Amino acid sequence: MQYQSQAVAKPYFIAAIGLFVGQIVFGAILGLQYVMGDFLFPEIPFNVARMVHTNLLIVWLLFGFMGAAYYMVPEETETELYSPKLALILFWVFLAAGVLTIIGYLAVPYATLAQITGNDLLPTMGREFLEQPTITKIGIVIVALGMLFNISMTVLKGRKTAIIMVLLLGLWGLAIFFLFSFYNPENLVLDKIFWWWVVHLWVEGVWELILGSILAFVLIKMTGVDREIIEKWLYVIIAMALISGIIGTGHHYFWIGTPEYWQWWGSIFSAIEPIPFFMMVIFAFNMVNKRKRDHPNKAAMLWAMGTPVMAFLGAGVWGFMHTLAPVNYYTHGTQITAAHGHMAFYGAYVMIVLAIISYAMPLLRGRAAGNSKKAQIVEMWSFWLMTVSMVFITLFLTGAGILQVWLQRINENPMGFMEVQDKIAIFYWMREVAGVIFLIGLIVYVTSFFIGGDEEEASS
Amino acid sequence: MSEKFTKSMARNIFYGGSAFFFLFFIALTVDTTAKLPERDHRENITEQVVLGKKVWEVNNCIGCHTLLGEGAYFAPELGNVYKRFGNSKEAIIGFIKSRPVDGIPGRRSMPQFNLSDEELDGIAEFLKWTSEINTANWPPNIEG
Repeated sequence: MQYQSQAVAKPYFIAAIGLFVGQIVFGAILGLQYVMGDFLFPEIPFNVARMVHTNLLIVWLLFGFMGAAYYMVPEETETELYSPKLALILFWVFLAAGVLTIIGYLAVPYATLAQITGNDLLPTMGREFLEQPTITKIGIVIVALGMLFNISMTVLKGRKTAIIMVLLLGLWGLAIFFLFSFYNPENLVLDKIFWWWVVHLWVEGVWELILGSILAFVLIKMTGVDREIIEKWLYVIIAMALISGIIGTGHHYFWIGTPEYWQWWGSIFSAIEPIPFFMMVIFAFNMVNKRKRDHPNKAAMLWAMGTPVMAFLGAGVWGFMHTLAPVNYYTHGTQITAAHGHMAFYGAYVMIVLAIISYAMPLLRGRAAGNSKKAQIVEMWSFWLMTVSMVFITLFLTGAGILQVWLQRINENPMGFMEVQDKIAIFYWMREVAGVIFLIGLIVYVTSFFIGGDEEEASS
Repeated sequence: MSEKFTKSMARNIFYGGSAFFFLFFIALTVDTTAKLPERDHRENITEQVVLGKKVWEVNNCIGCHTLLGEGAYFAPELGNVYKRFGNSKEAIIGFIKSRPVDGIPGRRSMPQFNLSDEELDGIAEFLKWTSEINTANWPPNIEG
């Protein structure tokens, strides 16, 4: 750690990991509810558990992004953070808002939560991923603006690297597109069109800028390759990501009441979307081959290499699999979508946050460069447990999805939804087993933070 | 990458390309919203439909169901449920009303939301209106 103010990243990373554990516990509950429909009913119905699962994911990834920003910005701009105090205040505000919201989901019926949080004044609740009470949404905006003010002021007084400008653009985009969550027209079609301005323009747009800049930062630090080369790659990758991804929004506009021309725009541009992820794989492996040093933090290296590979598979390959309109006509809204969602989120965003945590945490804890060999080995075990089980979760959901599409939508005598669900239950059971292994992997991951031993020295 | 292709060229492609395609996206969105009225039949959005959408939202129906294919994949698609239930509002209302409070042993069950008659009529009207949106012939069949 070169700058004192980087220390504010630490609570952000700890909170991220804590909420990650919560997310996966609820994931395991959901998986069980798929095969034991009455599990925890009516105390925690599926919709509530799912809301907790997805909202915790979003919140902990945001904690991770913010922690990454607070860690990277002083080092890149070569100046202390504008206000470390503000960063800490915002941490507690965000944590309180997040935890209270989750408690609200679990403690009272959703309709009651909507009522007591004044949803009638500005109705924004009850839409997928944007289930947070309106006051929580306002809190998210305040925290985001406070953070943007803090890091923008820091960047203004310091060195302006490409990595930091891209990160800043990504974070500003994140805040700006979130504002569309306050637009909830009475017309469902309009509602859906602009709902995607938050959801798609986040995960297939501005979040990719954040992902790219974190990956570039970690690769510079770990490989010692010239900044000019890494930043050139970064620009090319994110250029491809946005050039394909913005019009690629069209792959969500096939069947929601929007004009048919979106089937062309959406299919063509989203067919290009795997390319930036493929370039990311080439980029990461090239930089490692050209490395000028062998960084002692092998675990961080593993996460940094794993991110582009899994992002390419999950977002690129599994995305492409069902993105062309003639295919999507049959797969839209099935377990195929769930399969893609799981691996894409894990590969692109979970792994990049774990990569920056793995790189930064030893330094934040005052260690020379990396954790002890013993701790790193445990962390690498968790990498393989989580990553391989996620591959299996994805494969089982894909199997379920293919059968579902066949039985319910292609078959000459299509079966009803619930009947099909019974037929494909075996895949859900196998998915649940893989999910439990993922949870074990996560426990192993958390344990790795408590393993001592001789830390690894910094190499020149 | 080659030496002749510099970082500033890459940066220009990023900013120029993103700006161009974002503006193009806005143009397509404007065109889409202009064409929507004939597809979404907004003239049929009555007070009941508006209330129905609110009931849909504050009970987090999207947490289990899909609506026009978007949402959770735990319970049936509802974009065409009005047609699947034989173009019958009463069938929809009857189904929602009859959900057992404690669920069904070993099986998935929709919670009992204790909706008022007005809310039940609203949700049925909302689902009826939704089933009439021009969705480019999706879903492939009545099962959703």
